Amino acid sequence: MDIRAQISMVFHLDKCIGCHTCSIACKNIWTDRKGAEYQWWNNVETKPGTGYPQKWEDQDIYKGGWYKDTDGRIHLKGAGKKKGLLNIFHNPSMPTVDDYYEPFTYNYLNLVEAPAGDDQPTARPVSLITGEPMDVKMGPNWDDDLSGTPDYARNDPNMAALSAAERDAMFQLERMAFFYLPRICNHCLNPGCVASCPSGAIYKRGEDGIVLINQKVCRAWRMCVTACPYKKSYYNWHTGKSEKCILCFPRMEAGYAPACMHSCVGRIRYIGVLLYDADKIEATASADEKDLVGKHLEILMDPFDDRVIRSAKANGVPDSTIKAAQNSPTYKFIKEWGMALPLHPEFRTLPMLWYVPPLLPVMASVKDTDGAQKDKLNPIAKTWSDNWLYDTSTEELWGTVEQARMPLKYLASLFSAGDTTLVSDRLKRLMAVRIYRRWKTVGDVSEEKMSRVLKETGLTQEAAEGIFYLTALAKFNDRFVIPPAHREQAMEMIEFTGDVKGNTGFGFREAPSRGM
Amino acid sequence: MNLSNIFLFVGLPYAALLLFVVGTTQRYRNKGFKVSSLSSQFLEGKSLFWGTVPFHFGILVVAGGHLTAFLIPRAVLAWNGDPLRLMILQITAFSFGLSTLVGLIALLARRLTNTRVKMVTTRMDLFLEVLLLAQVVLGLWVALGYRWGSSWFAADLSPYLWSLFKADPNITAVAAMPLPIQLHIIGAFLIVAIFPFTRLVHLLVAPLHYLNRPYQRVMWNWDRRAIRDPATPWSKTRPKNN
Ligand code: SF4
Ligand code: SF4
Repeated sequence: MDIRAQISMVFHLDKCIGCHTCSIACKNIWTDRKGAEYQWWNNVETKPGTGYPQKWEDQDIYKGGWYKDTDGRIHLKGAGKKKGLLNIFHNPSMPTVDDYYEPFTYNYLNLVEAPAGDDQPTARPVSLITGEPMDVKMGPNWDDDLSGTPDYARNDPNMAALSAAERDAMFQLERMAFFYLPRICNHCLNPGCVASCPSGAIYKRGEDGIVLINQKVCRAWRMCVTACPYKKSYYNWHTGKSEKCILCFPRMEAGYAPACMHSCVGRIRYIGVLLYDADKIEATASADEKDLVGKHLEILMDPFDDRVIRSAKANGVPDSTIKAAQNSPTYKFIKEWGMALPLHPEFRTLPMLWYVPPLLPVMASVKDTDGAQKDKLNPIAKTWSDNWLYDTSTEELWGTVEQARMPLKYLASLFSAGDTTLVSDRLKRLMAVRIYRRWKTVGDVSEEKMSRVLKETGLTQEAAEGIFYLTALAKFNDRFVIPPAHREQAMEMIEFTGDVKGNTGFGFREAPSRGM
Repeated sequence: MNLSNIFLFVGLPYAALLLFVVGTTQRYRNKGFKVSSLSSQFLEGKSLFWGTVPFHFGILVVAGGHLTAFLIPRAVLAWNGDPLRLMILQITAFSFGLSTLVGLIALLARRLTNTRVKMVTTRMDLFLEVLLLAQVVLGLWVALGYRWGSSWFAADLSPYLWSLFKADPNITAVAAMPLPIQLHIIGAFLIVAIFPFTRLVHLLVAPLHYLNRPYQRVMWNWDRRAIRDPATPWSKTRPKNN
């Protein structure tokens, strides 16, 4: 057992309102620079949709992540020692700027400086790369809220999991449903980006598992851009270095949540420590596809287990971090309550950002099969006057989950390598908490039904209450449990603090002892 | 042995070498951030392929050939003892030379025509590409016009280069060479001289160490095991930055 600490994240998708505040917070702090304009370390996608960069999930195009070979071992799909070095002069599966979008601004000055004339002056878009006027044809959230569905949502790589009829059903106007998928770097346990870097510029921090690119060591070989299956490593065309989400480590070390999480309007984001067994990383990443999520959960250890604590201590994990792990909201969501799933576990990088799958688009699913609701349907708004669309009645307990409007297979293709039971388990738990709270506050649900629901989903009343609290009421300090970084100790590794002892004020540039 | 020959074949190579050594050290120490080749594949990927791949593989083989003939001239001469083997060597070298030329022309054309790529092109990039182009054209001309270059390079030029390294320059052989060959040699020294000021520096950081490192890299801010152990001092070497 080799226990290490990892800062992990949970995004509660039921709560994301797709406001992009997170993206803007990140952009303003980190990527508002030449060469980085197109980079969105945090971006929010509408699902179904092709995402950013276009179709990033389709590894036949981008060759990201790992695959399991017939010998049972995993290899990088589009990089690695052999492929990476052979393709070092030209990387055949690297996205170019057109796969993201050409960054642009507007010529605002023209509004002020245009000479008097008959026409209203306009601010034309100009490219931030060439400075030439351009037509904006693409943006990081071009397909927001299903706009341009024929070109985008229908080309979502996850649609491959559905039959043609199921696909068509998803796009009938009356049935259309979507949800938002905010994405940042997953700070993976088995990162493809680190493994692919020929220079060795990318590394995982031992103390908190944040994955960083050393800008001085990066030599523009661009292999990480290919190897990250989530396309969360970006090439800066101006500096010739790759860049990625740094999980706001300077903020984290000061005890603040990363900017995207801090600013999140829907309060969907949680951050906390997980203790994991580093000895098992390789075996976990090489598990069979159907076992991947299970093994991934197994590698996360119980922070109250004595053996785990002892091994963590032997590895130099500070007590404060162990305490944070015991108090971690992410551990609760992921392990204790079994509410969260990793995004595309089949990429085998063991992502440390987990998602609570969204229940709402699934619930908005009731079919009007017997025509009973016909006269209540507003023909223009296509909604039922009695809120039929979001039926939270509990007559048929799990019926709505199973006949979901957002097919479970679609969600499973995103979050569980195709295993629908894993997704429906999570959704049922979300539903169970609602039923429990309804019993408690509204009272139109019988106690017997409430207990049956909790029993079927394996939750206790305390757990349901805990989920409700963390979901609906939690404050900053509950959502973000950040361990102290102990930089004061790290400092002593770099600099002997005794050196400046006995010096005045801030110390001397030159030693104060005098020989002359 | 006139003065200009001494300047070109003794002065220039030493000056080039000096520039190379001082220049690269300075660049690495003061502008370490810029020791790489600014890739433009992100801005344009398709036509890059037809330039960079033939160019790089071509130049690797051709430059490797020059290096071999310089380092182990006797072995090259022995290999060339058989006319068939000599032919094979010459034809291979020439075709890789052609591939270098084709690639270089494609790269130059791309740099001059693609508006996005122009944004990341410096004057030095263009100067270097033109210089390389001249050098490659000269090289191919020499290969065609003055037969069996691999043999006479090993026999005549290798000793000259060695004499430079032994600080006992002997330029009788080069001085007697025909003009295109002399120009090719001068071009080579020029390239060595401007090397540190161009994108060529990426050659020195070729990531061969990738081959023998484990795939995953974890780095610790402090020695995570020692820090828990009260018996060990945290640092073994006393830091010097104060
Ligand atoms: S998400 Fe991508 S960039 Fe982030 S750690 Fe994983 S492989 Fe690396
Ligand atoms: S700020 Fe929060 S709610 Fe808004 S889009 Fe980002 S993750 Fe969703």
